[in-house]
Amino acid sequence: MHLLRLNLAVAASGFRRYATYRVATAAGVFTNTVFGFILAYTFLALWHERPHLGGYDQSQALTFVWTGQALLAAVALLGGGFQDEFHERIRNGDVAIDLYRPVDLQLWWLAHDLGRAAFQLVGRGVAPMAAGALVFDLALPSSPAVWLLFLLSALLAIVVSFALRYLWALCGFWLLDATGLSALSTLMSLFFSGMLLPLTVFPGGFGDAVRWLPWAATLQVPADVLLGAHPGGSLPGLAFQLVWAVVLLAAGRLLQFVATRKVVVQGG
Amino acid sequence: MSDADDDAFIAVTDLTKTFRVRRRSGLLRRTTSEVRAVDGISFTLRRGEMTGFIGPNGAGKSTTVKMLTGILTPSGGRLRVAGVDPWKERTRLVRRIGVVFGQRTTLWWDLPLRDSFGLVRRMYRIPRDRFEENLARCVELLELDGLLDVPVRQLSLGQRMRGDITAALLHDPDVLYLDEPTIGLDVISKARVRRFLARLNAERGTTVLLTTHDLSDIEQLCERVVVIDHGRLMYDGALSGLHEVGQGERTLVVDLERELPPVEGITGARTVRTEGPRQWLAFPASASAAPLVSQLVAAYPVVDLSLREPDIEDVIARMYEGSEGRSPSTDSGRPGVQPQR
Repeated sequence: MHLLRLNLAVAASGFRRYATYRVATAAGVFTNTVFGFILAYTFLALWHERPHLGGYDQSQALTFVWTGQALLAAVALLGGGFQDEFHERIRNGDVAIDLYRPVDLQLWWLAHDLGRAAFQLVGRGVAPMAAGALVFDLALPSSPAVWLLFLLSALLAIVVSFALRYLWALCGFWLLDATGLSALSTLMSLFFSGMLLPLTVFPGGFGDAVRWLPWAATLQVPADVLLGAHPGGSLPGLAFQLVWAVVLLAAGRLLQFVATRKVVVQGG
Repeated sequence: MSDADDDAFIAVTDLTKTFRVRRRSGLLRRTTSEVRAVDGISFTLRRGEMTGFIGPNGAGKSTTVKMLTGILTPSGGRLRVAGVDPWKERTRLVRRIGVVFGQRTTLWWDLPLRDSFGLVRRMYRIPRDRFEENLARCVELLELDGLLDVPVRQLSLGQRMRGDITAALLHDPDVLYLDEPTIGLDVISKARVRRFLARLNAERGTTVLLTTHDLSDIEQLCERVVVIDHGRLMYDGALSGLHEVGQGERTLVVDLERELPPVEGITGARTVRTEGPRQWLAFPASASAAPLVSQLVAAYPVVDLSLREPDIEDVIARMYEGSEGRSPSTDSGRPGVQPQR
């Protein structure tokens, strides 16, 4: 009970911290929307040449684009969120302060990142999606049950994304400066999540492989759940996300155990 | 407390910490050498004692404090804090300690002070009435009134520091570690923080270990001081005793009737400076000034005399220099890797 209250308080603080920066949020919404339009027209050209590419019709492809824009900030598909802050704390040694607290490091940051994501799903997600729906013909579901499943899938996407970013950030304990890794993680997320192109588009063994990687759980799966296009239905999609969430969180726990045991906390 | 001996509330025995440092020694070759950051330190602190912990940069102070707080494992030796082995029971221990860093903050940059304190309350599971009481006390004594709703990023350094001290005390820690709590503060803020710490120690019996380079902090707050350098204990005892160990010198300032050549022939003293009729004579701090004065008065036309105690800064500096020449604190001869200085 204490633990739940603590984590709710931490999440609430994460929400408030991001809610403080209204101008940044507005700028983010603008960027997302512009990025959405660029991708939407690129996809229109592609799907005009190759209708039903990746099994989507044109309006499904456009929906995929705007779902990506709606989730971009919340799921931190381009990195960021707690990752930059945590990484910076490892680099400058402030992580020592986190270790002086009677709380679990991973759970603390997870709660914090969920609070941030809750704000960004609303603050940065709704407006771009609405803009896309006004201009383009989107294949949005009418059933509330599907929306509910989508929200659940988005939550799992956030957790998987968190777990991946936690692993990347922990590498900072060994590399001392993980700026390069951070760029690599963004690039991998951008491509393997399906942000640039839906993963269903890729043929053969490569396509099969990328659809099983954890990044697929961060955008491809939630988008497919919204479109009702996940092979075998939405529930296997959610199960896929859940498995990756558990595996990656466990890996993060293990790495955290090793990191806090062997590594020198930097700075006086 | 039944779980800890009050006379040895913090007990450190032969504490050692060795880091492995790898460096390139060729194109692809790397050699590993061991650096002893802490090299067999022993001391005990009584419950309620306020102790200064000093040493030059890279002496091993932070490493020692990190082991005392359980975020670094000792390589050797034994360690008990409030009856707990810090490393093995870190999460249990952190509830009983408070840590304040002058150069870092435990507060949340974007949140008002009040919200940061609220998170601390949840983290430490502080009952609400106790929390309110402690907060009110800190707000009053540290003059934080009117600052509670200001985001931390808008606070001045002195205000933030007082906020940090409050955050470290809300859960009534038995032990408080302070790492340069007055660094960068102006005279008034420094005085305010020192007054508060003295009162905390006197009224609540909080055991305080104060790490600082500002020796006036120690002079004003601590009766006892522990000095380390190169990972070794150089001194542990009363502040006043430092002078003898550090071979401190007292100075006799003599005003003569007129300008004379430097005073000579006084046993145990030497003239270090002359300026007109005034001369400065240095002699060991452990020696008595009385025989000196009588010799002086007998041989010279003395108008006035005054005695200066050794400056603690000088004493410490001399002590650090004295330890320079000692054997390097590394295993494999002198591999060139020394604790950073």
